[in-house]
Amino acid sequence: MSEAVSALPHAQYSGLVDLAEAGLTGMITLRGDLASPVLAEAVRAATGASVPEVRRIEAGESGQAAWMSPDELLLIVPYEGAAGVVEALETALAGEFATAAEVSDARAFFRITGPQARDVLAKVCPVDFSDFAVGELRRTRAAQVAAAVWREEGDVWSLVCFRSVAQYVWDLLATVSKPGGEVGFYR
Amino acid sequence: MLLLTCPCCGVTAEETEFHNAGEAHLKRYGPGSDDADYEAYMFARKNPRGVHFERWRHAFGCGKFFHAARCTMTLEVFGTYSAQTLAPPAEIAAKIKARRPEWEGYK
Ligand SMILES: [Zn+2]
Repeated sequence: MSEAVSALPHAQYSGLVDLAEAGLTGMITLRGDLASPVLAEAVRAATGASVPEVRRIEAGESGQAAWMSPDELLLIVPYEGAAGVVEALETALAGEFATAAEVSDARAFFRITGPQARDVLAKVCPVDFSDFAVGELRRTRAAQVAAAVWREEGDVWSLVCFRSVAQYVWDLLATVSKPGGEVGFYR
Repeated sequence: MLLLTCPCCGVTAEETEFHNAGEAHLKRYGPGSDDADYEAYMFARKNPRGVHFERWRHAFGCGKFFHAARCTMTLEVFGTYSAQTLAPPAEIAAKIKARRPEWEGYK
């Protein structure tokens, strides 16, 4: 078996915020009826989390469940176990109108940390981050490409984008995080 | 710049997060329809100065299609509503009527 490599291994940058590529992360796209109790049970078994409300992310003992659209979740689990989780989901959802697909190697995952994280994100996303709560998630664009952004805790933010644009998003975030570009809007 | 509220995920965002998908409420005429209906379906589009109904897709967000009622002259957005409708719902029509009393209703 080939050696798995994340999009930009060990990429790190410190400027207005600390940027880091999160490394190999298991990610599963789960589509189906989010109101289904069978699906809710399968999500709980996979991550320990409940099905998130609209534009929210829920954490459990073994992963996170993120709301992506009215019929889609992104499950975040340990990388090594992701294929097994997909199998378990498919078994649990047999007969349901649902699909599970592993997308770990098709996505790039970045962490943005620091008190100026919102200022940095707001430079590239057309989003008002002023009332953005912990556990809230927003799919939007980062400059020219699609991204999902959520607030893990106080000053810790996560961003997921397509792997094919990982370098673009990285360069984008690093550029707008350069010292000298302070905005000071969000306090 | 339009500000649209996606009825599928509740986000209010600026135009660049969405993609316009043409006129709303078109009825498809496919195989078996007569030539005039098919031609109208394929090529004839409304192009009003004023109240207009469009399909939009929340392309960078939740990915869903929805409908928007807006004014092509002032860019005022009267409201957005479900894509699973064949005509503007009553509350959207009422909002338009309140702002444009001369509007003759959806045709
Ligand atoms: Zn939406």
